Amino acid sequence: MTGRVHSIESFGLVDGPGVRCVVFLKGCCLRCRYCHNPDTWAMDGGEEWEAETLFQKIYRFKPYWRNNGGITVSGGEALLQMDFVIELFEIAKRHGVHTALDTSGAPFRNSTEYLEKFQKLMSVTDLFILDIKEMNRERHMALTGQDNQNILELARYLSDHGKAMWIRHVLVPGITDSEEDLQALAGFLNTLKTVEKREILPYHTLGIYKWENLGLEYSLKEILSPTPQEVQRAEKIISATSE
Amino acid sequence: MPMTNPGKFDSKGAWDGFRGEIWKEEINVRDFIQKNYTPYDGDESFLAGPTENTKRLWTCVQDLQKEERARGGVLECETEVVSGLTSYGPGYISEELKDLETVVGLQTDKPLKRAFMPYGGIKMAVKAAETYGYEINPELKKIFTTYVTTHNDAVFGAYTPEMRLARKTHVVTGLPDTYGRGRIVGDYRRVALYGIDRLIEAKKVAHYRAGCGNMYDEVIRMREEISQQLKALNEMKEMAKIYGYDISKPARNAREAVQWLYFGYLAAVKTQNGAAMSVGRISTFLDIYINRDIEKGILTEAEAQELIDHMTMKFRMVKFARIPEYNQLFSGDPTWVTLEVAGTSLDGRHMVTKTDYRFLHTLENMGPSPEPNLTVLYSPNLPEKFKKYAAQISIDTSSIQYENDEVMKPEWGDDYSICCCVSATKTGKEIQLFGARANLAKTLLYAFNGGFDEKHRIQCGPAMQRITSEYADYDEVIEKFDWWMDWLADIYVNVLNLIHYMHDKYYYEAAEMALINNDCERSFATGIAGFSHVVDSLSAIKYAKVKIIRDEEGITKDFEIEGDFPRYGNDDPRADEIATWLLRTFFDKIRRRHTYRDSKPSTSILTITSNVVYGEATGATPDGRKAYTSFAPGASPSYGAEANGLLASLNSVAKIPYHWALDGISNTQTISPDALGHEKEERKQNLVQILDGYFEQDAHHLNVNVFDTEKLIDAMEHPEKEEYQNFTIRVSGYAVKFISLTRKQQMDVIARTCHKKL
Repeated sequence: MTGRVHSIESFGLVDGPGVRCVVFLKGCCLRCRYCHNPDTWAMDGGEEWEAETLFQKIYRFKPYWRNNGGITVSGGEALLQMDFVIELFEIAKRHGVHTALDTSGAPFRNSTEYLEKFQKLMSVTDLFILDIKEMNRERHMALTGQDNQNILELARYLSDHGKAMWIRHVLVPGITDSEEDLQALAGFLNTLKTVEKREILPYHTLGIYKWENLGLEYSLKEILSPTPQEVQRAEKIISATSE
Repeated sequence: MPMTNPGKFDSKGAWDGFRGEIWKEEINVRDFIQKNYTPYDGDESFLAGPTENTKRLWTCVQDLQKEERARGGVLECETEVVSGLTSYGPGYISEELKDLETVVGLQTDKPLKRAFMPYGGIKMAVKAAETYGYEINPELKKIFTTYVTTHNDAVFGAYTPEMRLARKTHVVTGLPDTYGRGRIVGDYRRVALYGIDRLIEAKKVAHYRAGCGNMYDEVIRMREEISQQLKALNEMKEMAKIYGYDISKPARNAREAVQWLYFGYLAAVKTQNGAAMSVGRISTFLDIYINRDIEKGILTEAEAQELIDHMTMKFRMVKFARIPEYNQLFSGDPTWVTLEVAGTSLDGRHMVTKTDYRFLHTLENMGPSPEPNLTVLYSPNLPEKFKKYAAQISIDTSSIQYENDEVMKPEWGDDYSICCCVSATKTGKEIQLFGARANLAKTLLYAFNGGFDEKHRIQCGPAMQRITSEYADYDEVIEKFDWWMDWLADIYVNVLNLIHYMHDKYYYEAAEMALINNDCERSFATGIAGFSHVVDSLSAIKYAKVKIIRDEEGITKDFEIEGDFPRYGNDDPRADEIATWLLRTFFDKIRRRHTYRDSKPSTSILTITSNVVYGEATGATPDGRKAYTSFAPGASPSYGAEANGLLASLNSVAKIPYHWALDGISNTQTISPDALGHEKEERKQNLVQILDGYFEQDAHHLNVNVFDTEKLIDAMEHPEKEEYQNFTIRVSGYAVKFISLTRKQQMDVIARTCHKKL
């Protein structure tokens, strides 16, 4: 089957272990106010790729992966094209390639029908990279336009099924950096069994021009990137284990 | 070359402890190295920092360099003395500190003073001095204008009108017809291993044996050349004597080996102002001497490093007087004192030695520097520790380049040197005849315009039929372009034949050739400029619709592309196939032709920094490149063509078969430290992985730039520099090209890199 691809970055070093080819898919259901890729929101546009052809393109980068690199599918929101991701990852696993999925978790549903398919995805995904934007339900709604309960459910589900995950949190000064929320995040992560990495991603302003190109109003214009000290502080809080 | 009488040369103890026999009976440095070098598998922890003497001398050199920059790029020009091996008394970095110099010898009597070298061309030598406010002695001017024929005079006397035209329009360009051709690497190691007397003896045998009695042209030329070489060898001894050294006998220890070798090289740069003056593959050789002294307990690691530091300091000080046009072609006053480390031997052992570490370490002891042009002969099979150390030096200094030993070794063996920026040559057994570049992008425009030059508004070559359709037709363009490539190959090869004939006759490299076998092979190097633009242009015509915009004279002015097309640099086979087709087609046309002195033709896709000047001479091309703007350098993809990031770009370049471009395929990439990873160890590991992955695919060459804050600021102030075109920055899992950001955003990145808030 085919999927809609926004872009392909052959040289990704932070979205998963080692050197990774990152595929950004089209379409997202969140509308995060700090989004640096608003051009991936729409489901249409981009390039249409067959899973097999796309894999063959990605597999050309194998010489650079050694024993720790592989494919990361990101977005947009990759779960919106789950069937395509399953097919792509199935091919990848047949070739022994490490697979990672970078997701906000927003499309996750705790329904039998959904979980049937999701289990298939889990079986071919080595690592989930889950963005938790906000622990507080209302603030999550205000920031992204969506509820966060299903996202937290996804995290629990992955933990219950022994699936490795990295948790990421974008640190926006004055918006997602309150002590209370960061502590809540740490508390939540401490209830999970399979979190391998907790990361703070400092908010940056490099995507603003894309909002302007799309004729969209950017609501965080006045907000600056966090300082390294602020980042370190947040890292410390979310890394605190229950002991 | 053997000796006059059977038996072994008496080294008077200089060779004690060295193994092997063959190299003792004949001049054969490769055999000496293979029998005696010690591969080193450890890490860099044994290295020593700079000695006090090194620091003092280097401070002094840096002060001189500062003064040089303050005076507009030249500290002083010679006006009274013609440069030769014995034209000057001794020269030192500083009179007061001269006892601190463990390696002595300067091109002139003063540091950074530029010699007067008129044999390449008197007009250029005079103009170069005048540019910096110096007046060459009128008597000298008269001698070299009236009584002496220079290389430049001779070439221009013999050029045909058509050759002059092709030169004027820059369809062939950067030709070594006004300056030394360079790229001839003497085997300077011979001076250390054998001493000059033994080399003289061998050349005398060669002179005696040249020809079989009949005085054919070639025999006469050979005999004359060897007699010039003998003269040069004798003068080298005199030159060393001026500094108080007797180099007639083999070097007895590491210090002498370094000094003797350097004297050999100094002889070359006192007599030739070639574009590239490589010193060659000297590291493994010197390691054998250093190792022997350390084992004997007569040399410490600090002293060994000091020798290498001081020698490197001398390489950093090599200068030539150049005209402004030359500097435009090769910006930054380069001399290409190229020096190799690592590589592997034919028997499969790696050739990394401690001295390879010591040479790389000079960039830490004395800071980053473009010269010497340190080149790592890379193989995925090199020891991991060495690869990581080289990667660290790249990350810290952006000063080294990598070339793939695995593709070069089958062609050139295990004792090749890099003779300019990237081209290999068999040390002491081969010379390369440097041939600059043919402008294929302009040639493509000639196909459209029937040979009418779009910039100079003159007919260049025969007036052929133009393309008159509104939209470019692929088959028609290919047919006409093919004809024009034939025309170009013909005129280009013939121009070079003529240049090399005259260079041998009027500006013979006696000092370098004295350290090269007389039965040496010759490679006839040609080159391609505008590569990526031709590939993308043909792809655009094939896969999109290209509308031709013409001026009132019917000459192409611009091109409008309707629709998408695959571009070289994205690992897309459709575009990359055009790239290899272009190389094979053009080189086939080159190698069909007669080349000077039975030389073996080769070609390159490398432009150094001349891509800017070539681009400025060339109108708009069908790939969307605007008129008179820079070409992409070498074999690098065009600016903005790469949509899939670094590795896709590397994969495209890796597909170009080295076998078809043995003169080199150069690729330059800039990576920001953040894009390489978060911390030091991770960055080193990732860079090694990139190099392994690229070279495992049989790629030839990679320039790696890793930039820090200062460079970010420079990139913001000078975004036009080509090295910044692909400068990628990575922030929170997202990558952008730095120069595509607004100034404000750039300030933001810089501020955060400095750990300060705006």
